[in-house]
Amino acid sequence: MTSSTFPRGAIRIRNANLSFGSDATGIDILQNISLDVLPGEFLAILGPSGCGKSTLLGAIAGFIRLTRGEIFVDLKLVQKPDADRGIVFQDHNLFPWKTVIANVEFGLKMRGVIKAERRQIAKEILARIGLSEFWRHYPCELSGGMQQRVNLARVLVNRPEVLLMDEPFGALDAQTRLQMQEMLLGLWEEYGMTVVFVTHDVDEAILLSDRVLIMSRRPGRITAEIPVSVGRPRTLELTTSAEFQRVKRECLEYVRPETDRAAVVQNTGRASVVIQAKI
Amino acid sequence: MSAQPIAINKTRDTNARPERRPRGRGSLFRLVHRGASLALFIGLWQIACQAKLHFLINFGNVPGPVAVAGAFIEFVQSPDAARHIGASLIRIFSGFGIGAILAVPIGIWIARSRAVEDTLLTSLEILRPIPAVAWIPLSILMFATAEQSIIYICFIGAFYPILLSTIHGVKGIDRRLLNAAQSLGAGRWEIFWEVILPGAFPSIVTGLSIGMGTCWFSLITAEMMAGQFGIGYLTWESYTLQNYPQIVVGMVLIGLLGMLSSLMVRKLGSVLMPWTRRGGTAG
Repeated sequence: MTSSTFPRGAIRIRNANLSFGSDATGIDILQNISLDVLPGEFLAILGPSGCGKSTLLGAIAGFIRLTRGEIFVDLKLVQKPDADRGIVFQDHNLFPWKTVIANVEFGLKMRGVIKAERRQIAKEILARIGLSEFWRHYPCELSGGMQQRVNLARVLVNRPEVLLMDEPFGALDAQTRLQMQEMLLGLWEEYGMTVVFVTHDVDEAILLSDRVLIMSRRPGRITAEIPVSVGRPRTLELTTSAEFQRVKRECLEYVRPETDRAAVVQNTGRASVVIQAKI
Repeated sequence: MSAQPIAINKTRDTNARPERRPRGRGSLFRLVHRGASLALFIGLWQIACQAKLHFLINFGNVPGPVAVAGAFIEFVQSPDAARHIGASLIRIFSGFGIGAILAVPIGIWIARSRAVEDTLLTSLEILRPIPAVAWIPLSILMFATAEQSIIYICFIGAFYPILLSTIHGVKGIDRRLLNAAQSLGAGRWEIFWEVILPGAFPSIVTGLSIGMGTCWFSLITAEMMAGQFGIGYLTWESYTLQNYPQIVVGMVLIGLLGMLSSLMVRKLGSVLMPWTRRGGTAG
């Protein structure tokens, strides 16, 4: 838990259901998901590809509407996207037509902050993430890791209560990913927002989070909840510790049958996916 | 992580220009090569005309480059030159301008609203396969003056490429960018202004560039059939007056002006889209 001064960013999800298409032929994406995230908590959601974890994130962000159920953030019903809930995708996040500084300033501009002030705030946060000298560059001139750092800065400039991350480091090489994870933990300590982090990387989930939720293959349900008892601050060395390995074994116990089943279903063709999903 | 800005060469927009080759001895050689090739082409043309070569093509009737050059100088010095070129340019920019002013907003509107798409696109799609040339007889009936009908033909030529590229550009905007903008607090108007317009812009510029080409094509045809001035009229008039070198003068002018106006559109696009130029304003 962080030394956050304000207890904001509590997420409450109740009976979230989502299906596409009509009742008879529809595909269930999310099934009866209920969960609570504490203010300032770092929650990781682990699951196989296509299990609906990104959809769940989109629903919390407010641009995917649930078929049934409700999501509250700080007791407010989520109905549309809001700057209180920032989101970071894996790639293609930044506006290619805006320079780095203009991307970071975007949220402040939307709130009507005057130019001189927002430029100063944006420059401060760029300095914090170590990209001061690149402020006039366009996103296409930056590496993938640098783009994701700018992206984090762009979201954090809004001081969101909740930070939603959809496999944000999935497209990065192993070394860059470690640096990004370390930077994210630092920013989380500093800003104290609630983080919901979707990934399919078990190590990443444990290294970052306070708690790991395992999601099943479609229809997405939460099949396990594993508290991460590894102490903080988290460092790379901790990944070889006995406690880390114990948590990892526990996670894998739940993850493995899920991914295996997902693979079987995918191999038996699309028709069976629908049938299985209905069962 | 290295502190270098690593330019990623992903398959970006088709408007993004490839990296320019460094100028060196290789590029000088290529320049000479191209010049020599052009000289050879003109030389062969002159020889074929002087020999009155007659094999499939009757070069006896084709004016040679020397005659054309003479006629070109004569034409440029004559008072008619400004009148013909001016008339064509006014028609091009009126037709193209009206086309762009209508096609871009209608395209965005169609792409953003299903109701508008269902209302407008069907009729527009039915009219689309009709080439601008086929409009000439009706447009003469529709408008009071020949000038108006020629501008209308130019408009038809420019309208569709711009419309379709705009629709394509708006629909092609990455969903994640729209979602990101919403999550950063952007409202409907801000999303339009900050995301949709710049996001579709490269595609719109492509449409403008193609539209400029089809606009010239339509203009020349219309002028040949209905004009009293203009380069298309000049070209056809030269044929009926048996002033053969001037036919080629007209053709060369069409080529040059068409090329220049397309270049202008592309240049303007690249000035307004610094992010598609590698290197950009970054320093």
